[in-house]
Amino acid sequence: MSRYIIRVSITLGLALYLTGCAANNAYLAPEIPPMHTVGEFGDDESVSRTNDPWEGFNKSMYKFNYQFDRFVFLPIVGAYEAAVPEVAQSGVSNFFSNIGEVRTFYNCLLQAKGKKSLVTLGRFLANSTIGIGGLFDPASSFGWRQQHETFGTTLETWGVRTGPYLVLPVLGPSTVRDAGGFAVDAAVRWEVVSSIDPFGGTGARSEIETGITALEAVDLRHREKFRYYESDYPFEYYMVRYLVSEKRELNILR
Amino acid sequence: MKITGCVLIAFLLLLPGIASADDAVYRYPIDDSYAATILGTPQNLRTELSGKVPVQTLTLKTDLEKPDIFFYDHGLRYTVAFQDRKAPLIFLIAGTGGSSKSSRMLALINNLYHAGFHVVALPSPTSSNFIINASTSHVPGNLTDDAADLYQAMEQIWRVSGERIEVSDFYLAGYSLGGTEAAFVAKLDEERKVFDFRRVMMINPAVSLYNSVTKIEGLLDGIPGGPRRIGAFFNQVVAKSTDFYRKGDYVAVDDDFLYAAYEAQLLNRNETGGLIAVSFRIGSAGMIFTSDAMTNGGYVIPKHKVLKNSDSLGDYLWTCLHLSFLDYFNEYYCPHFQRVRPELTRDELIGSLSLKKIEDYLTASNRIGVITNEDDFILAPGEIDYLRRVFGSRIKVYPSGGHLGNLEYRDNMAFLIDWLRPATR
Repeated sequence: MSRYIIRVSITLGLALYLTGCAANNAYLAPEIPPMHTVGEFGDDESVSRTNDPWEGFNKSMYKFNYQFDRFVFLPIVGAYEAAVPEVAQSGVSNFFSNIGEVRTFYNCLLQAKGKKSLVTLGRFLANSTIGIGGLFDPASSFGWRQQHETFGTTLETWGVRTGPYLVLPVLGPSTVRDAGGFAVDAAVRWEVVSSIDPFGGTGARSEIETGITALEAVDLRHREKFRYYESDYPFEYYMVRYLVSEKRELNILR
Repeated sequence: MKITGCVLIAFLLLLPGIASADDAVYRYPIDDSYAATILGTPQNLRTELSGKVPVQTLTLKTDLEKPDIFFYDHGLRYTVAFQDRKAPLIFLIAGTGGSSKSSRMLALINNLYHAGFHVVALPSPTSSNFIINASTSHVPGNLTDDAADLYQAMEQIWRVSGERIEVSDFYLAGYSLGGTEAAFVAKLDEERKVFDFRRVMMINPAVSLYNSVTKIEGLLDGIPGGPRRIGAFFNQVVAKSTDFYRKGDYVAVDDDFLYAAYEAQLLNRNETGGLIAVSFRIGSAGMIFTSDAMTNGGYVIPKHKVLKNSDSLGDYLWTCLHLSFLDYFNEYYCPHFQRVRPELTRDELIGSLSLKKIEDYLTASNRIGVITNEDDFILAPGEIDYLRRVFGSRIKVYPSGGHLGNLEYRDNMAFLIDWLRPATR
């Protein structure tokens, strides 16, 4: 009986779908050129200099990230924010941010940025000791501002060109160069962690490491206030693309 | 001699007292109207608010047919902050292009929540979200129609929120275009009486939309090459600012950076004015595109074109940025409404976009007030005097602040709340 119902529903559904298609096709009228087109405004200087040859792919990925945020990431982050006291949340943020100092440190060295690498080393030492393993951030109250360097910026100083704009799954807007840099930083970290092997004696190494990676991802999203399509602006993709590349340029000036 | 000395000392001692009595003098710090509009109010001159505000953005779900490119839009998005006890409720209407969570909206929400109101903030009828979900015609700008759409949205929101909160009575406020719209909503409420607003405040409203738009568009006349060169102009301003950033020790492009740029007079008046007009164009680009997509109007998108998410919209953005509000009005808005009512002339349409259309109501109603500034550049010559004439004692005109620059200044916020509050007691 139930099999019969399923079969009928499928047939019915298929029939409705097909007639729907037919109706849609019949409805489609030929396109008529609009009153204004971009050709009229070619005499102005273009604002965006971002190279975006994979725009179609990028926009699909942008949409994927929105859906992932909506159905997976943000509900988890929301539960985390509701369940964990704020003091603990900032402890978690400080902890991962302190680990990130290592990445900034070696990239400062690779870029021969002496002052920045000293500040970063100082921050890491202070926060790891007085800051109890990075749970607190006393270094900022000493006026030692947090620096941000990645292998992407290192490649930049080495003369590697930015490359096309690339929206990464989950991680969001990037460029080909910065995505490569990210992969290198991740590999370095993996090497360091496996050589220290802090959870080797626990017998549950991979579970603990997975848990930490998950917590780090949640913390990262928790700290990032940006929400896809929250602007309700139909050209948000272009605004974000412009702002991301401007921000990257300003960061390089620091 | 001795007595004179004592009197003199007493007088000197009194001086600070006299000076503080002099505090009635308005002390909003930015004299330049364009700079004020861009910079707003420095943090330390805003009202200090402590404690969290339970701000929530909610969606009035709509199951309306819409193009695939708006797949992320699930309904009208409004922002609320509700008290946990019986309280007056205030509806807020955002300015041109603004969402219910724009920074000015959030400032109003926070301050009014702290003053004891339930707050319900609505996006501007010119925002994409409203055009898609709440606008009957999907063509924004007609004050009477937009007010009716706003009123309907308010009723729907009240229907779903009414179970959650206890409300004593209703209030309404809006800024910029939202201020003008608030007047039309108030007039509609006078007939419908669903809310029976106790008091309504218009903050820096436009008197005539056509005049205000003409004035804002006029700011682009001062940039090199005129309005057709907004891209080149924008690049030039960004280059100047980047250079300034590089030379100084700034952590980020934030308020501190903007103030430093202002104090160093990085940009001249033509440039700050041009920037205001460009930001207006960015908003209007979203409005024009969304309206055209929703009505299949054939204005910037080919008629009958089915846009997919992966399609590039870059060319549409560039086209829309170069179309002025006046182009929209003459080429899209007027023909649209003349198709519906062929007897309407262009002048009649311009006239309908003005507070003058409901002047009798505004003169007679003692519930509606206005806050504006002497140097608000969206007002055409004579319009401040017009407002003074119509509103009499119900208008407060500050000497400076540009367009909304002093919205968050503590004197302004206190005045707004005091004006609304007597009725709540």
